Amino acid sequence: MSFDLNLILDSLPKMLAGFGVTLQLLVVSGLLGLILAILLLLMRLSGKFYLDWVAQVYIYIFRGTPILVQIFIIYYGLPQFEAVRDSVFWSILREPTGCAILALTLNTGAYVSEILRGGVLGVDKGLLEAGSALGMSARQKFIYITTPLATRLALPAYSNDVISLLKSTALASTITITDMTGIARTIVADTYAPYEVFISLAIVYMIFTFGIQKLFGVFERYLGRYARREE
Amino acid sequence: MTDDNSRPLIQMVKVDKFFGSFQALRNIDLEVQKGERIVICGPSGSGKSTLIRCINRLEKHNAGEIIIDGIELTDKVEDIDAVRREVGMVFQNFNLFPHMTIVKNLMIAQQLVRKTSKDESRKLAMRYLERVKIPEQADKYPIQLSGGQQQRVAIARALCMEPEIILFDEPTSALDPEMINEVLDVMVDLAKEGMTMICVTHEMGFARSVADRIIFMDEGEIVEQAEPAAFFDNPKSERTRAFLDQILSH
Repeated sequence: MSFDLNLILDSLPKMLAGFGVTLQLLVVSGLLGLILAILLLLMRLSGKFYLDWVAQVYIYIFRGTPILVQIFIIYYGLPQFEAVRDSVFWSILREPTGCAILALTLNTGAYVSEILRGGVLGVDKGLLEAGSALGMSARQKFIYITTPLATRLALPAYSNDVISLLKSTALASTITITDMTGIARTIVADTYAPYEVFISLAIVYMIFTFGIQKLFGVFERYLGRYARREE
Repeated sequence: MTDDNSRPLIQMVKVDKFFGSFQALRNIDLEVQKGERIVICGPSGSGKSTLIRCINRLEKHNAGEIIIDGIELTDKVEDIDAVRREVGMVFQNFNLFPHMTIVKNLMIAQQLVRKTSKDESRKLAMRYLERVKIPEQADKYPIQLSGGQQQRVAIARALCMEPEIILFDEPTSALDPEMINEVLDVMVDLAKEGMTMICVTHEMGFARSVADRIIFMDEGEIVEQAEPAAFFDNPKSERTRAFLDQILSH
């Protein structure tokens, strides 16, 4: 079997042209997903059983089904309903990018809310008692004690989810989106050289992941500054 | 509230507390006058910590009355807040906020709860840090301090709220032996200044020299209370005698 180095050099720049789309999918659904996750978290912590229950069902559904299936349901399924086509959301949902971002957002939101909840549960109860003893209200304790500490505790698992989300964006190529994976598939269809093209694609994702890891490493060091004895 | 000398600052009447089916406090009657220094001792699981945690509502009592400076503790949030403004607490594990510098630990509740300005909060924080003799640590994080220093910061943090009463929940139990005295010294100073204090502690030397009254608890009950001399030299109850024999045997 031959390995065509020139083909790699040739296809790399083409795939990188899809980097912007991949980045857009990651950043937009990552941010929207984080907002959704915080809402779900607050619902779960609200102490109101009906809010908690709705959040739990939501999380169960989106963690219990494959992301690919969720993308297909949104992209192929929703337009079947006239109400969806008539709604204000149609301008988003008729575009494959809108559907992909929606699916990725809904999916990552479910996972991240559980990651954040883990962080909240990890905060030492004694610190909240200290807050109470000082007269701080529940809201003040949540903002000034729980949130900063839970953020630090949740960060490693959260960075894991962002990396996972990056790779989920590749699934967008199944609904005609020309992200890096979509372009790679087109090149493969033209050249019949899956080996070279997909390996170089894999390397691009690995480099991207490396960047995300480094970025979160910086966050972690910053947020963990109080946990180090030196300085 | 008012400075009514006839009324005790803390009044507990027939207080019961359950954790599930386990009864942690049985029929507690306790009165503490302004300026009194009380030491509570007893075997582990006897309800000492639960008793003082009921005073600032970290635990909710199930029966009886608890009245702090005229305010009865009920489910009313305003009353709980009012009581907590008068009652400071120092914990066994310090419970300093690890993500805030020392001075910020002392400022945060002043700013949020008492609505003191940032400058005023910092001034008061520095004054109390000087009182516990560690102003130079103001800009460090808790983890950078020794256990004894952290506990002194925790005392200063409670003092910054200018409470009427301070509760100490085994303040020296988590400390290495060489650090116990620096914390006790601060507590002795506070006692001299007339602060109303309730200390759960096993430091019997401290109890003997500082306490006005020592309370011995066992199985959720107050078994005996007496002045230190009477308590140590002539305990009435068999249970008290057994406990003292145990802890003073070495």
